[in-house]
Amino acid sequence: METHERTEKCKEMFSLLSEYLNLELPPDACREIETHLAGCRPCIEFAESLRKTVELCRRYRPNEMPHPIGVQARDQLLEAYKKMLSGREIGP
Amino acid sequence: MPLTLNQTSEREEEADLARKLMAGEPEAFDRFVEHFRAKIFHYSWLMCGDREDAEEVAQETLIKVFENFDRLHEPERVRPWVFRIAKNACLMKRRKSIFAPSRELSLDEFLPAMNHEGGEAKLQIADWSRLPDDQLLQSEMKHVLDRAISELPANYKSVILLRDLEELSTAETAQILDLTDDVVKTRLHRARLAVRQKLDEYLRAEGRAAAPAEPARGDRDGNA
Repeated sequence: METHERTEKCKEMFSLLSEYLNLELPPDACREIETHLAGCRPCIEFAESLRKTVELCRRYRPNEMPHPIGVQARDQLLEAYKKMLSGREIGP
Repeated sequence: MPLTLNQTSEREEEADLARKLMAGEPEAFDRFVEHFRAKIFHYSWLMCGDREDAEEVAQETLIKVFENFDRLHEPERVRPWVFRIAKNACLMKRRKSIFAPSRELSLDEFLPAMNHEGGEAKLQIADWSRLPDDQLLQSEMKHVLDRAISELPANYKSVILLRDLEELSTAETAQILDLTDDVVKTRLHRARLAVRQKLDEYLRAEGRAAAPAEPARGDRDGNA
């Protein structure tokens, strides 16, 4: 069984992982991380747990919902909308 | 297996609604209100933790949105534009900056411990690979996530809400929160790590972590 120790590379990867997941790193840095991940099981396990966390956050919505909008509140919004429409400059 | 994340978005639909609103199409009004009212409510509820405040922030934001709709020159940017107004309404509501620097999170506190047993180094984390994505939002897990997000320091919470829940870009989030792109990236990463750590603690405590149906030989490292 191959032995893995945490290296400086692991720590560097750890600090860049969100940018990597978001595809915000330059191609060279991405390749470097992928090369490291391919040979470092702890890092890939950690990366996978972070990826799942992000997926979870993206699908998460609180259970609380706003109460249905009241007639008065809707009228207030509609009035603001109509006022904006009537006051705007007519474009081409 | 690709690790990187795909962008999902309702934003084209929102841009379409914005164009219809500008064209004065009446059916767009109620759809726009319903869609963004829920979004703003969730954002302000998570930021403020108060239902009444969140309802008021949603209404005040939408009034400003409609009053100023003709200033939205790029319909495809309607989401960040609305959230910029919502963020300001949230600040006004609380009468103090809930976005001001609060507790700082450091990377080191999220670096998981290593366990050296049998000559092999193992991370002391739960076995996330055993969790199918569609089971991640089970009620208990959702409750843990609720708490993990709610307990984040406000300056990290605002970033993760906009970047991950609302899927706004780094640049859009930076513009809404008056931060640099680099600060957004740093805070997002630390916020995600903090949330991951809470979920991991839950998974390990629940014993869903490591233990496969038939424990592998020499693989008992106390992670479960």
